Amino acid sequence: MIRKVGMKIISIRCIAQDTFEMILENNFISNYAVPGQFLHLQVGEHSLRRPISITDCDPSRSTVTIIFKINGQGTRELSAYQVGQYLNVLGPMGNGFPLHANSTALLIGGGIGVPPLYYLGKTLREMGCTIISVLGFQDKNHVFYENEFKNLGKNFIVTNNGSYGESGLVTDVINHVHHFDYYYSCGPIPMLRAVSQELKERRGYISIEERMGCGVGACYACVVPTKDGTNYKKICKDGPVFVAGEVKL
Amino acid sequence: MTRLTTELPGLALKNPIMPASGCFGFGREYSDFYDLGKLGAVIMKAATGNERLGNPTPRVAETSSGMLNAIGLQNPGVDKIIANEVPFLAQFDTKIIANIAGSTLEEYEYVAQAFNQTNKVHALELNISCPNVKEGGIQFGTDPTMASRVTEVVKKASNLPVYVKLSPNVTDIVSIAKAVEAAGADGLSMINTLTGMQIHLPSRRPIIANKTGGLSGPAIKPVAVRMIYEVSKQVQIPIIGMGGIKNAEDVLEFLLAGASAVAVGTANFQNPFVCSEIINELPQVLDKYGFNSVQDAIGKGIVA
Repeated sequence: MIRKVGMKIISIRCIAQDTFEMILENNFISNYAVPGQFLHLQVGEHSLRRPISITDCDPSRSTVTIIFKINGQGTRELSAYQVGQYLNVLGPMGNGFPLHANSTALLIGGGIGVPPLYYLGKTLREMGCTIISVLGFQDKNHVFYENEFKNLGKNFIVTNNGSYGESGLVTDVINHVHHFDYYYSCGPIPMLRAVSQELKERRGYISIEERMGCGVGACYACVVPTKDGTNYKKICKDGPVFVAGEVKL
Repeated sequence: MTRLTTELPGLALKNPIMPASGCFGFGREYSDFYDLGKLGAVIMKAATGNERLGNPTPRVAETSSGMLNAIGLQNPGVDKIIANEVPFLAQFDTKIIANIAGSTLEEYEYVAQAFNQTNKVHALELNISCPNVKEGGIQFGTDPTMASRVTEVVKKASNLPVYVKLSPNVTDIVSIAKAVEAAGADGLSMINTLTGMQIHLPSRRPIIANKTGGLSGPAIKPVAVRMIYEVSKQVQIPIIGMGGIKNAEDVLEFLLAGASAVAVGTANFQNPFVCSEIINELPQVLDKYGFNSVQDAIGKGIVA
């Protein structure tokens, strides 16, 4: 169930180049959001809300963590919000990742697609899963949450220019990881395309983003064609998580 | 009869507020937020003869005080809408207006006949103004002769009152309005979006895959108010006004300009409760500006 709530900003900090972590307080969202869901944030007077995925939830403190990257005017203004201010939020939005207890999960994230995988990994870990994460970033300055993912299990960092961790693309690393039951991937479309091609024999889930309107499934803005191209899925309502191979990237 | 009621052909409305076509789907999503029976009416997303998949993405882009969209009339086709969507909306104590689109006269005729047979739809909104598809009706909306021809066909195809949705992308909207009035339109719905474009600087490409899209939101409100004002002085049929309405004061402005009811579009995306909130606020706004009722305010703008 989606509600419109006010979320108080508890902290905001820059964690990598143009990348901010914000901790928000709200009892309802922190209790009900599941890994893979997102918040639809109202920034200033902008006509459209900003969909931002959930990085973590802590019901004991009523907090929800988000991570966003400055990518335009809206996210730039969001980064200037101060502790104590309230954000007008719709959430939790969309469907989360299917969770398989006691399995081995390979998490594959790219850039600003990394954040939802943290809440996922933490939740799976609590369900007895073994976590392996492969996280790709542009370069050293864009890397974030390395320690957080290391606390969940084996972790590989990949940078395009090799300035930190392995050099290249996430697909260069996942080739060497064979022992897992499910993969979970979020990142730019070209990365998701390469990952789902590379792992087409394996079971997995992908989470995708698109310019969004209403966020609730009414406006038909954020659609993605199904595999056979004869229909569309709504990313905001049917997704943002899809079974790998279900939609055409 | 209460102070919010308004009466248009086929539409005795409990209040003048309805969500605009294309901004509310078929109501399901918003029924999770409030009782749709609170609304004066619901205008459904456009129906075409067969299913349409719409345009490639991105389909939306934010602009200053508004947004561009080029969805491209994605819809499951009129038969599926009648089978799956109309019964859902019919559960609520509200009026249902079906927006109909097509690429040929025959397609408009087919869709109008289909809705006529349901006995659950109270009026048709004739979409001759979608700017986002090559064959989606705007060719009928920018020429008075074509506009009156399609209006005649749809009037003949059904017994339902027909509200013709006008395009603002014309030189002389009054001549189109008069043409469709003469062709038998029961009312007008205005305005549809204004064609616009936005270029993404890093890639030097239009943000919207369709290149151009329809501009909506508060940015177009003054254009809508001006056009409704001009048209309402020249026709006898009532107008459902729309274009950037966000609150009850905007509603009063449209009533003063000459609208008999209003539709709220883009504002639903920012605030899914907006129609419900406007209905709550409208009595206080009427009080504030000295009107007893919605009826009292229609066409009462003073332009010396």
